[in-house]
Amino acid sequence: MKKPAVAAVLSVVFIGFGQAYNRQWIKGILFAAFGAAGLYLFVFELFDLLRGLTTLGTQPSGFVKTGKLTKMVEGDHSIFMMIKGLVALVVALLFVFFYVLNVRDAYLVAKASAQGTAPRRFGQSLAMLGQKHFAYLVLLPPLVAIAFLTVLPLVFSVLIAFTNYADPILPPAKLVDWVGFANFAKMLSLKQWSYTFGGILRWTVVWAILATATTYVGGILVAVLIQQPRVRFKKFWRTALMIPFAIPNMVSLLVMRNMFNNQFGPINQYLRKLGLEGPPWLTDPFWAKVTVVLANMWMGIPITMILAVGVLTTIPRDLYEAAEVDGAGSYQRLRSITMPMVLFATAPILIMQFAGNINNFNVIYLLTNGEPVNVRYQFAGDTDLLVTWLYKLALNQSQFSFASVIGIFIFLIVGSLSVWSYTRTRSYREEDMIQ
Amino acid sequence: MRTRSGHAKLVLTYAILCLLTFASLYPALWIVLSSFKAGNSLYSDTFIPREATLVHYEDLFERTMYLRWFLNTFKVAACSTVIGTFLLLIASYAISRFRFAGRKTTLKAFLVLQMFPGFMAMIAIFVMLNAIGLLNSHLALILVYSSGSVIANVFVAKGFFDTIPRSLEDAARIDGASHMKVFLALIVPLSKPMLTYASLMIFNGAFVDFIFADLILRTEEQRTLAVGLYRMVSQRNSTEFTLFAAGAVLVAVPVTLLFLFLQRYLVEGLTAGATKG
Repeated sequence: MKKPAVAAVLSVVFIGFGQAYNRQWIKGILFAAFGAAGLYLFVFELFDLLRGLTTLGTQPSGFVKTGKLTKMVEGDHSIFMMIKGLVALVVALLFVFFYVLNVRDAYLVAKASAQGTAPRRFGQSLAMLGQKHFAYLVLLPPLVAIAFLTVLPLVFSVLIAFTNYADPILPPAKLVDWVGFANFAKMLSLKQWSYTFGGILRWTVVWAILATATTYVGGILVAVLIQQPRVRFKKFWRTALMIPFAIPNMVSLLVMRNMFNNQFGPINQYLRKLGLEGPPWLTDPFWAKVTVVLANMWMGIPITMILAVGVLTTIPRDLYEAAEVDGAGSYQRLRSITMPMVLFATAPILIMQFAGNINNFNVIYLLTNGEPVNVRYQFAGDTDLLVTWLYKLALNQSQFSFASVIGIFIFLIVGSLSVWSYTRTRSYREEDMIQ
Repeated sequence: MRTRSGHAKLVLTYAILCLLTFASLYPALWIVLSSFKAGNSLYSDTFIPREATLVHYEDLFERTMYLRWFLNTFKVAACSTVIGTFLLLIASYAISRFRFAGRKTTLKAFLVLQMFPGFMAMIAIFVMLNAIGLLNSHLALILVYSSGSVIANVFVAKGFFDTIPRSLEDAARIDGASHMKVFLALIVPLSKPMLTYASLMIFNGAFVDFIFADLILRTEEQRTLAVGLYRMVSQRNSTEFTLFAAGAVLVAVPVTLLFLFLQRYLVEGLTAGATKG
């Protein structure tokens, strides 16, 4: 007869003891070995690393006088300490999680055995893992990869926003410190930052609206044009108009950067032949904005077109026939049948595309690189979006903490938009209703 | 009267379609023709070059490490595709099929992760890779791309699995098949269209990424095509335009062909991703 409370307490005392008490020997020994390894790690490694995360280093590098010589002594590297501390934190949390599971397991097994179910033998436990806990087993590899390669770096980046890690405070020469919300306050109230932030935020929103609207409307119109019953070679037109989507957009953007070249690019060359002086596509603040929107239409219309064609083929033919009998012209049919149907089916993507355009790095970075430079902006140009500004701040100017602040702002904007739209989609609300 | 206006409208439609097709194809056509043009300047007084030459393609292979870059890119893209697709497949299947504790949380976590600008994590990854000595290695790129691809595609894949009737698996299970057996013998073959779409997306993503690759790969021998091309433009832009043109054509051709051949899956995947959220 096993007492559940005893098993649980034994497991609290040390990992695996409860399992041994339940006569699950192999499991108990394995757990205990794991627990011992964890404890060793915790005492000798993790503790220091975790403390490093809170202090971010105490010993700056500098010259220390030893006898007659002064020599360079390497101090603490705050950023390395931060990352190592984070990794240690994750490992420690996993260990605690395992500890809790171990107590729970001992308790449940003892309870079952008190009710007459024999504890599982080790082989049976392993088999259970493949059956009952299949989902966890399969999810483990992707989740571990994501935890270390995506979540951890993101948490690090978010934490950076609360430090003073920005040029000139760069390790290893200087120590980085926690500063709370000071960077956010600076971004919003310090004139040099807030002016740039406001201007770029405004353009980011305008850009996202323009980019989404132009490709959306354009794509639907093209789809309607192709899908007219009397148009022949539909497949040919569709394929031809899909080409911009098939060419890697990195290549096409670099190509367009040359096409729009003010002096030597072919576009202005043709305009000149027609006797017109072409606009300064990439160097004038206004025209540069026009250019990025145009280039984005070229790349984005095919995607909406594909989606809209999909929707159009599902609209029942008789709807149109009935409308025609009632004397509706083609414009009326477009407005009263096609548009509502397409809009209804594609509304969720509209929001996702809007969110995607806020983060549309490639178009801006490759086409204009954010230029023309605006001298009143802090390290930014007239066509810079928040994302490209973030990139420049981090990679070119080493203003890491401010870059992270912007990243958090972008996350808040995009995040609230996507959550709002996602919880409205059918697949989320009625998930288990199919089948 | 009616037929005449209908006729005019049809002509107008064809005219617009031709114009749009021209606009769609023009950049591609222009860059291909430019890559055969003699000399190295951007300016050309005729659309079709007066004399065609292959010298820029030869230069590409002789004066830059183009072949090397191509092999690097292919290696990275292929490995990322295999690993990424595998991880994506098992993750989305588990999330779609099993009702385990923490499932909704996992889904929400994926959603949240999607919303951070992708390269916000770059600096952290850079420092981490530096700490474990994986900087300048292709393995690092492959790991980053594969784990990123799970997050980017998990909702499309999950949506796809949601549409496969569960009765199929139940039938197999009644016949005594284990989870693993059901998964390998039934689910994997059924998910071919989705897998094609996802792997195409992952391959393309790895093939053309120049941001991460530029940050992680430090030496010229390790570089990928996209980085090489980007550097070529940012460094020698107007001086060696025709060399860039040849490079651009060679980067674009494999991906473009792949996209056009797999058009059907692409359309299916895009539509599925859009309507199932």
